Formats: sequence, C-alpha cells, structure tokens
Amino acid sequence: MKRMGIAEALREAIAEEMRRDHRVFCMGEDIGIPGGWGGAFTVTLGLEKEFPDRMINTPIAENGFFGMGMGAAMLGMRPIVDVQYGDFLLCAMDQICSNASMMRYMSGGTVSVPLVMRAPVGATGRGAQHARNLERMFLGVPGIKIVAPSTAYDAKGLLKAAVRDGNPVMIFEHKLLYGSKGPRTESGAVDATSDIPDDDYVVPIGRAAVRREGADVTIIAWLLMAHAAQAAANVLSAEGIEAEVVDARSLNPLDYETIGASVKKTGRALIVEEGPITGGVGAEIAAGIQERFGDCLRTSVRRVASPDIPVPFAPVLENAYRPDAARVAAAVRAMCGR
Amino acid sequence: MMPMFPREIPRDQIAKYERSFLLRLYEEMFRIREFEERVRFLFLEGAMPGTIHQCQGQEATAVGVCQALNEDDYLTSTHRPHGHALAKGLTPLEILLELFGSIEGCCKGKGGSMHIGNMAKGMPPAIAIVGGNIPVAAGMALALKMQKRPQIVACFFGDGATSEGAFHEAVNMAAIWNLPVVFCCENNLYGASTHVSKITRLPSLRQRATAYGIEALTVDGNNVLAVYEMARTAAVKCRAGEGPVFLELITYRLTGHSRRDPCLYMPKEERAAWAAMDPLLRLREALLDRGEVTVSELEAVELAVKQAIEQAVEIARKAPPPTLDDLETDVYAKSEVGI
Repeated sequence: MKRMGIAEALREAIAEEMRRDHRVFCMGEDIGIPGGWGGAFTVTLGLEKEFPDRMINTPIAENGFFGMGMGAAMLGMRPIVDVQYGDFLLCAMDQICSNASMMRYMSGGTVSVPLVMRAPVGATGRGAQHARNLERMFLGVPGIKIVAPSTAYDAKGLLKAAVRDGNPVMIFEHKLLYGSKGPRTESGAVDATSDIPDDDYVVPIGRAAVRREGADVTIIAWLLMAHAAQAAANVLSAEGIEAEVVDARSLNPLDYETIGASVKKTGRALIVEEGPITGGVGAEIAAGIQERFGDCLRTSVRRVASPDIPVPFAPVLENAYRPDAARVAAAVRAMCGR
Repeated sequence: MMPMFPREIPRDQIAKYERSFLLRLYEEMFRIREFEERVRFLFLEGAMPGTIHQCQGQEATAVGVCQALNEDDYLTSTHRPHGHALAKGLTPLEILLELFGSIEGCCKGKGGSMHIGNMAKGMPPAIAIVGGNIPVAAGMALALKMQKRPQIVACFFGDGATSEGAFHEAVNMAAIWNLPVVFCCENNLYGASTHVSKITRLPSLRQRATAYGIEALTVDGNNVLAVYEMARTAAVKCRAGEGPVFLELITYRLTGHSRRDPCLYMPKEERAAWAAMDPLLRLREALLDRGEVTVSELEAVELAVKQAIEQAVEIARKAPPPTLDDLETDVYAKSEVGI
C-alpha cells in the first residue's frame, strides 16, 4: 500500500499495463522525450526509460494520431493516446466520433477498436481554450465509453479497466486533481491522493461510488465536482442535512442502479457539473432520473453548473464559473426548504 | 483536362507478362465494371436502397494495386469502395448482400455501400468521410511495424482528400516513422464536381507528398500494368522498411459522383477523350494485339463473370434483412472486464 496522487497513479497504471501486455503503447505529444515533461502533466514522465519503443512522441497532429491509434487498435494493439488539453480533442473529432466510435457497428460487430484516449480537463487559469470540460461532447456518441475519476485509486483502476476493455474508452482527468506536489503542480490543486494497493486491481467501468451516505438528498458529481460535493455535504451535515454523495465516475454507461438506489432513498437529486449548464451531462442525468425514478422524487431534480459562457480568465470570474461547495450547499438548502 | 498518357499499352510492357496473369487482370477489371453496371441498373429500377458512388473507368487502379499485394496485406477505402473491395477479394455476393441491406452482408447490413469491408480479407469497413481513412491506414501500418509483421497497407483516396488535414498529418507521420503504407491517390480530376485545378496551384498532387520527404510517383492509372508495376515496386520498398510511398494514379470517372449526377460539369470533349482511355478497352486491345488471346476467349471470361454476378444478384435480392433484435447489437465489443 502506498499513498499516491492521480498523476502518479495513472503513471503506475500505464507502466503496469505495458509490462503485463506487450500490445499496450502510448502515443501523444511531448511524451517519451528524455529530459522532457512526460506529457503536459507528467503522467508519462520517465516511462521511456523502461519502454523506449512504446512511447511514441507525435507531431502536433491530433486528428492524425488519434486516427493512427484507431488503426493500430484495429490490428490488435492497445494504444493509449492522449492530448495535452482536453480542448484539443476537438481537433480529432472526426477520428473519434466518426471512425473509432462507429467502426464496430459499421463492421457488423467484426472489428474491435480497443483504444484508450486520455484528456485533461477543467478551468485552471489558462483562459477559454485550455479549460473546457469535454465530457458532454462525447456523451451522445454511441460507441465510446467515458470515465472521469476523482481519486487516485479510481484513476488507476479505471485506466486499467479501459486498457483491458476492448472498446474505445475516453478517460477525463481533472488538472486540479493530478497532485499537489512536483514541478508542474497546478495552483489551486485539490488533494485526490489515495492509498493504492500493491496488487493488481481494476475499477469496473459503469459503476458509480457512494462517497458518503445520507438520507436527505443525493448529490451526483464527478471529477473535481465530486470533491466540491463532499465538502458541501460536510457543511450541510453540521446544519442537520445529510447528503448522500454519488461519484458517478463512469459517464457512459451511467450507473442508474446506484443512482436510483440513492434517489429512491432520499427523494431529492442534485447534479453538480463543471461546464455550461445547457446541454451538459447533468441534463442527461436529470432526464434519466426523471424517467426512471420520477415517482420517488419529493422535489424536482436540480443542477448546479457553470453559466453558458466560455471559461473566463480573471481568477474572480473563473471562480464564479466553476461551481464550488458554497453553491452546492445553497442549492441543497433550497431543495430541502431551508 | 485531356489525357496526358499515350493510349496504347506499350507492346514491350505487355510482353513481360504471362498470358494467364493478363487474363486474370482482365477478368478482375471486367468483374468490377460488370458489378458496377449491374448495381447501377438495380438502383435505377428502384430495387436497391441507399445511395451509391461508383467507379466505372477506375478499375485499373484497384486491380493494379491489389495484384501487387499479398492476400494477407491490408487495404483501406473510401465512399467509393466497390472496386477496391472486389479487387481485394470480397465476393460480389457478400457486397451485394450488404448493398441490399441484408443481415447476411459483409457488414450485417449495418454498413451499406459506403462502408463495405471484410476484415478477414484485410479490408476494414470503408471510411466515407473524405481523408478519414488515411490516418487509420497509417495506424494499421504502425501496428504492423511494431508487431514486426511483413504485411503492408494500401490506402486508397481521391484527389479531393489531399486537401484534408488528415492527409497531411498522416502522410507526415508515416514518413517520419517509415511506415509500410502505399498511399494510392486516385486522381480522377474531380472532387465531386470540383476540378482538381481549382483546389491547388500545384501541377501535380504528388508534390503534396514529396513535401513530406517521401517518394512519390505519377502513374497512368488507366494502364493496369503501369499501376501494377509501380505498386509492386512500392510494396517491395514498404516491406523493406523503406516506406511509405505515394502513388498518384491519374484516372477518370466514367460515371457520376453519386447516384443522380449527370456530370454536366465535365466538358463533352473531355469525357469523350477519357472514354477512349477506358482501362478495360485498352487492356482488351493490347491483349488482342499480342495475338495470344482471342475475342471468343475474352467473351467466355466476360460471360462467366456476368453469370456469376447475376446469380449473386438473385440470391441477394431474396436475402433476409436484419431483425429489430439486431438494432442495438454490435455497438460495443463484449468488455473483457466490468460491464
């Protein structure tokens, strides 16, 4: 057992998967460079020493190398491709959304695309174009599984599950959760460290985690917002409101079993999302809850999310963009008639 | 743009090959032509659903390249994939079943005309967004190189695709990593209705590839032997780790871009000149000129191909469609862990 942050846990997951399976390789920008950074956020730092032939450093050509990852996956490799910032996924949308996601279906189930895609997201003082939460963009794309871990334990276990899954899997990583130590640490980083077991494990894709039990309201969140939800729950507990925090952690498929069990118990559901409120993942979860468990609700489903604006730069504005524990707590109080 | 290559296939070129090989080339090309003509008719009579992009006039590029491949090599194709698929060894029946939307088709009726393929025969479903298959082909070649396998990838696309970023990104990466891929650019002079002269200042599309430091050649794409020879040389280079190679295969579409295109944007004189450059016609004349093959022999080949396609049409017409139970299957492979 050792204590690790998300960046280290992901690094260990990648190294272990590459040791376990010679088909696994990494492909991305500024990876595998001796003396380099290990990607934008150190996740692949130093892996080139052990795997000099399997850390493929690419030109700046996201559409090209995501397509190449797909092609390599089709011929039996297990590529892990990454972008430096999630926003750059949009450069590769054709390969992700028209090729990787559809190949299985178009082939009548004869071709597999075991492709893992990694993407750092979150508003972190860089202005609008290195900041978006892109989960929403892929939720309505059948053929891609989506995971979004909030802890180092889940990051390692979900990445391993993604590598072994056999389908295109997108793993979103939040820049403020990578770690709170080291030269490329983000200002405002949140502690997402976990005790990581020494033995091999996976976190199954499609299973949410109940982070905190409570009978009064269900708060559903993921990535950084799972931490905001827990902080809010602690504040609310002191006021006599017990919130159950469900870390969705897998966004496609969504775990309606766990969400449903909680909503049936509490009768109240709040979804917390970093990103514009319109057309977000929260909208989908809200509709899903209403359709499945509407009869159990004591009040309508609510969302706390960002305004419908690009991510602003000035810290005071960015902080207002990103939901926080205070806004989550305020929404819960309103739902509970306090 | 008028044809820039002499019409006759040179005698010394055709003299290099066995009669049986030349007859096979003719049969393969005729199969594509006959298939496409039969499919066109099926569409006109309203028997077939969907839309089609056909390749009449471009048979020599598919056949010439595929004859230079081994059976276990790979090929990626485009929205115009019928000829590539037939040349790669897919049967007329498995393609027709797919075109009729049958569960027995090569993609279980889930692909259709623009996504014909059969991975067991080295051809993944064709990718119908222009240029999209080029990075995929390069990635397949990367896998082959990493796996130290001897196979190569032939990546087909048209002149239009060379303006896509995907082309430039993929050719560059294939170049810097010496990947075993033959980029087969079928320059049929038109991207849909837009003439190639309107989309580049370059006199030749091969310059777009030489810009990435790779060998690139312009070939008479309506002379099947010229295509075959260049593709064979390219394949040898790729197998030796000296890939990629870019081939600009100059050809001409003798049919519309898609189902209802009357080709009013193609000047009449140009169409007439290229009709005379029909690759089947040119091979037929060269074979007869060589003297070893008779008209009746060629007609026997044609008759056998026609009968086989007609039989396949009759089977495909009556083949069962998918059931609604098939609607939501085949989206994901069964996960090896978890859900």
